[in-house]
Amino acid sequence: MTASLLQLRPDFAAIAAWTPAGTSVLDLGCGDGSLLDYLKTERSVRGYGVEIDDKNILRCIERGVNVIQSNLDEGLSGFDSGAFDFVILSQTLQATRHTEKLVREMLRVGREGIVSFPNFGYWKNRLQILRGHMPVSDELPYQWYDTPNVHLCTLRDFEKLCDDMGIRILDQRVITGGHEVALLPNLLGSTAVYRIRRGC
Amino acid sequence: MSSSVGIVSAQRASFNTPLQCKSGGVLPRYDLVYETYGTLNADKSNAILVCHALSGHHHVAGYYADDEKNIGWWDNMIGPGKPVDTNKFFVIGLNNLGGCHGSTGPSSIDPASGKPYGSDFPMVTVEDWVESQARLADLLGIRRFAAVMGGSLGGMQAMQWAISHPDRVRHVLAIATAPCLTTENIAFNDVARNAILTDPDFHGGDFYQHGVVPTRGLRLARMLGHITYLSDDAMAGKFGRGLRSGDYKYGYDIEFEVESYLRYQGDKFAAYFDANTYLLMTKALDYFDPARHSERNLAAAFMPVRAGFLVLSFSSDWRFSPQRSREIVKALLHNKRDVSYAEIQSRHGHDSFLMQDEQYFAAMRNYLNRVAKECQ
Repeated sequence: MTASLLQLRPDFAAIAAWTPAGTSVLDLGCGDGSLLDYLKTERSVRGYGVEIDDKNILRCIERGVNVIQSNLDEGLSGFDSGAFDFVILSQTLQATRHTEKLVREMLRVGREGIVSFPNFGYWKNRLQILRGHMPVSDELPYQWYDTPNVHLCTLRDFEKLCDDMGIRILDQRVITGGHEVALLPNLLGSTAVYRIRRGC
Repeated sequence: MSSSVGIVSAQRASFNTPLQCKSGGVLPRYDLVYETYGTLNADKSNAILVCHALSGHHHVAGYYADDEKNIGWWDNMIGPGKPVDTNKFFVIGLNNLGGCHGSTGPSSIDPASGKPYGSDFPMVTVEDWVESQARLADLLGIRRFAAVMGGSLGGMQAMQWAISHPDRVRHVLAIATAPCLTTENIAFNDVARNAILTDPDFHGGDFYQHGVVPTRGLRLARMLGHITYLSDDAMAGKFGRGLRSGDYKYGYDIEFEVESYLRYQGDKFAAYFDANTYLLMTKALDYFDPARHSERNLAAAFMPVRAGFLVLSFSSDWRFSPQRSREIVKALLHNKRDVSYAEIQSRHGHDSFLMQDEQYFAAMRNYLNRVAKECQ
């Protein structure tokens, strides 16, 4: 179960490595709750998810994961400042409408933020664009006309956003096919995971 | 397959230890009527208490042998294979103190005087109800409930349980409820109460001795209440501007279908419900406000809470809006309690919590399946 889950969601291992046992996390766009379930089992992490989709809400409740039904684009006003050790945005950033506001909000509610997203600058994506098509892949499984992804970015784009917003990048993992990528990450990495916090 | 719990019968428990009410009044002795469904397990850990709302009572599920049409008010939710599965849980429904369905209330005979309590019945609050319910739990040997659940005023009792008796509640299912009433809600309640209080047949609450019932006041109160339990959409969908006779009559008799419906609901209600109970229940709603003792800080009021919570609201409920449920969620998050929250898309207004709905029932079922596993 865990092995196949990690294959499916390679960012989970990096996220788990950064969340020490016993910490509290808020998972924004938690989907069916599999990351929180994984963190709870593997790291004894106390967590809550935020999710908008009815079916996902039911699956979270079914597996005993705390979930709050809410629209992330309406902000995080339901959460106190500094309420969590980590606020996670796992494969959700690209589907948010008010992305900059949400990143600011997550660093208000959490001591640190963990953001993972598909790297639009991955060479296979670039190749598909060179061939005249919007990329479709395991990380970006949608057609241009039915995708929920409205704010796709490259590693460099995200780093620039952090820079512009005065956000510090504490750590970073770039992954392709379950393996870490060290060389030319913006070209060779399909998924990126960043650990960030508010700059001083 | 889900089905009915079948034939049920009410039971009566008598309590002789005086109940000191928050209002200062004292009930030297009182009865509570209740029903149970399912089987209490050996370690008595699978009990669920169902708290009722304004006009509810102990007959929550199943039907009576001598009256098969008298089906419990939450029968769609509770039964074998239903979200509150009586194959797994021992479910208790009771009529609250001050009620008019068998538990001691204003229409009961006061043993001290031999006459109905009437205006002498003490004002009871949500906190008093929880104390009386705890005594019933003691009597049944239930130390800790697997869950306490309820909608609206019932949800307020469930929350109060978690505050007053944190070690006696594993889970709370708080449905279509609020941490306190809004100003507008209190205002609606006051209009309803005024309808009763100003009815000449009310006699200051002692109408029993006069052999009359303040029917007009009670039906007006119910008509008003009923409007607020529905949504504009639901009413428009059900009645629109439909006319009973197809054309305007230019008079004050029933013309629009909605008038016919409201008057029917008002008459039906006034025929069986006690006016004093209605007054008491609305005051209990108005008074419920756990944050009142903590400088309006709900999170502080929830500090004793240990229970896990499922909080559910309904999108079209404007009397107990989703925003009010989110206040509850926020206070629980502040206290790092386990909580899940879902906002059910529904067009039936506040009454949605009594209606069958796929998402609503699935959320209840999934949550309670987890609770059942914990209690085994």
